[in-house]
Amino acid sequence: MLIRKPSDIRPAEITDPAVYLGRRRFLATATAAAAGLWLAPGAMAAQKLDAAGNSRFSTAEPSTPYQDITRYNNFYEFGTDKESPAKRAHTLRTRPWTVAVEGEVKRPKVYDIDTLIKLAPLEERIYRLRCVEAWSMVVPWVGLPLGALIKQFQPTGRAKYVEFTTLHDPEQMPGQRSGVLDWPYVEGLRLDEAMHPLTILAVGLYGEVLPNQNGAPIRLVVPWKYGFKSIKSIVRIRFTDTLPATTWALSAPREYGFYANVNPAVSHPRWSQARERRIGEFLKRPTLPFNGYGEQVAELYRGMDLKKFF
Amino acid sequence: MRAVTVIKPLLFLACLVPLALLGVDAWHDRLGANPIETITHVTGDWTLRLLLITLGVTPLRRLTGWNALLRLRRMLGLFAFFYACLHFSTWLVLDQFFYWPGIVEDIAERPFITVGFASFLMLIPLAVTSTNGMVRRLGAKRWQALHRLVYAIAIGGVLHFLWLVKKDLTEPLLYAAILAVLLGYRVAVRVRKFGKPDAAAQRPIKL
Repeated sequence: MLIRKPSDIRPAEITDPAVYLGRRRFLATATAAAAGLWLAPGAMAAQKLDAAGNSRFSTAEPSTPYQDITRYNNFYEFGTDKESPAKRAHTLRTRPWTVAVEGEVKRPKVYDIDTLIKLAPLEERIYRLRCVEAWSMVVPWVGLPLGALIKQFQPTGRAKYVEFTTLHDPEQMPGQRSGVLDWPYVEGLRLDEAMHPLTILAVGLYGEVLPNQNGAPIRLVVPWKYGFKSIKSIVRIRFTDTLPATTWALSAPREYGFYANVNPAVSHPRWSQARERRIGEFLKRPTLPFNGYGEQVAELYRGMDLKKFF
Repeated sequence: MRAVTVIKPLLFLACLVPLALLGVDAWHDRLGANPIETITHVTGDWTLRLLLITLGVTPLRRLTGWNALLRLRRMLGLFAFFYACLHFSTWLVLDQFFYWPGIVEDIAERPFITVGFASFLMLIPLAVTSTNGMVRRLGAKRWQALHRLVYAIAIGGVLHFLWLVKKDLTEPLLYAAILAVLLGYRVAVRVRKFGKPDAAAQRPIKL
């Protein structure tokens, strides 16, 4: 995979002190609900993660404040509004946690998550995240490159796609009692998308373990696609030769496709994708093709009709 | 002293409470991560609720026999228009920031905005003709005919909400159900008013 000269990527920059101070202020004034998040049973909540400094894949744009990243979430497993996940995700038990690697691999295995995380060094990746609803954030993730893990899983020649599945347990995830989506949440990538250096499995943000409402203990982050592709709380990674049946595409096939590449030229049937609101900013900004990662990923889709494969 | 004379100013203040709460939340930075979205939602919610409350006045009046309720209807309707103006200007200014290409495209190509904008436009003549002077100028019959537009406006408002929601239809369907009851009441009244259907017309035609 040839990584061309990055567009806006600059050498490592120290995170803006105002951002750190904002985070300290948030922690200091945490409410009981927030305290519940930190005290999730058996969790390493608020634990620092030892991650290599800013990678060359990170953006220099200012990160969205921690309290916005952790209080404005689409996580229907905990309710369909943006504020419910932060309030209700404390029932998720992130330890013990296993991730089953199955399907077209030489040695399928059920990994304990702490073993899985050690398979590659942790890195900080500051990525733009663009939701299909036309808002966006900049999130300083901590994670591992999925490609490095996939190499160790040894997919067979028949593996064309990677399918991911979220936990299915309505007792821990009360939103799953509602039929708003078909549970469990499933997402997928083409194998080359999964192997791309930008694709990571995230286990933390802002240098600390992922809060439950952000998809703890481990989630996918594919920054050039709409946010719903970045599946949360993963329990299974399956290699397959058939296109995965992804949850949003099943739920509304005219509105959500498999590829879901950020594309200002292709509107959602009900709203435009040409502009987005960066959380924390007043004015809307134009949406960039592939969420600004075109230089790194456009060649994956050379020759593809992106209106047809939306 | 009529009860309505006391209730009217209190109701006026009550109708301002949602806006006041929004202001308080804004002051305390409690509008969430996407404040413009929150403001748009809250003002939209209250436009719809006040529309439905306004539509509820007549059935309530007929059921309770309390005719004085009619004196509150105009104020409630105008407050619905007030929140509609806030909702529309939030969208126009804070969301689109006078980005006219986006605004025109949205109105023309997004059905939920088309129907919302149409409902807002239809509210304007109703607001303008809400005064006593206007009722006199138009005459009761023409005024009543014009103000029946409120049915289309309420339907448009519910469709606007229904078509914009991403997946969870719970709230829009709730409003739709309430609207169905309020409109159904008026249909039932009309059917009764015109008496039983003509028995002769009911006899099957023998070919």
